[in-house]
Amino acid sequence: MKKTTRCLLTAVMICIASSILFFSCGNKDASILAAIDSKKKDMKEMSGITASVDKGVVTLSGEYANADSKSMCEQSVKGIPGVKQVVDNCTVAPPPPPPSAPVVIAADDPLTKDVADAIKDYPGVSATVKDGEVTLNGDIKRASLQKLMMSLHTLKPKRINNQLTIK
Amino acid sequence: MALQDKYKELLDTAKTIGIANLQVREQDNVLYIDGEAPDGAAKDQLWNSYAKLDPDFRAGDVVMNVNVSPAVPGSKATVSTDSSNLNIRKGPGTDQPIVGKAAHNATVVLVSKTNDQWWLIRTDKGEEGYAYAQYLSPQS
Repeated sequence: MKKTTRCLLTAVMICIASSILFFSCGNKDASILAAIDSKKKDMKEMSGITASVDKGVVTLSGEYANADSKSMCEQSVKGIPGVKQVVDNCTVAPPPPPPSAPVVIAADDPLTKDVADAIKDYPGVSATVKDGEVTLNGDIKRASLQKLMMSLHTLKPKRINNQLTIK
Repeated sequence: MALQDKYKELLDTAKTIGIANLQVREQDNVLYIDGEAPDGAAKDQLWNSYAKLDPDFRAGDVVMNVNVSPAVPGSKATVSTDSSNLNIRKGPGTDQPIVGKAAHNATVVLVSKTNDQWWLIRTDKGEEGYAYAQYLSPQS
């Protein structure tokens, strides 16, 4: 009888001890999570990141805006008391493409001169330039058309109106 | 984006042949394509692709300002006129006086690339001046 009581007592004590351990762990995880949540409010680098905590191991997932945000967030989470390890499964967003350069349109004066140079060797072709638009008139051999176009396109016109008669 | 769809094949060609600094913008119903072709053959390939989509170049909805990468000064070029001699001028422009001529198929030295249209060259005879870039094929 005495033996049974002692056994029971031991079992109860183990129960209590393990539950204390369990709850304390759970409490710690919960407080880590709360600390991360409050950091998320302060740090815009952490927006879009979700965290889970298991026995002091923080797992992060989501996407950072850039590599700096990644190291900042990792350091910040590591600094929270009770955090044993940070597993960062986040990706870093690719850098945005460089902004495209604006279209450059040549002014009429240099464009008129350049167009005159370009059509010089094509007898029968005439051109007018107005507001960056080049209008071609006259006639041209089919074999020469692409060659003429290739040089006109590099003069930075706004557009090329081809009214040539192709022979 | 409609023009980018219409000329998708052309834009794909530009990417495939490795046009450097490729810029594609649509503005006022014109598709502006800028960039640098690695060599003359690549530029021709690009233009052939364009000619396939608009054989008579009538649509007027593309301005393709693609030049061949600037040649290294001191490199050589072949005079690629149809048959005639190439005029060498005092300055960049057909209004400039002619200071010499380079023979068809002759090799000249590229001194500098003044702009996309006019290059400063030197002939075997030592004549130096500006020639129309379209008639010069850089030798690699």
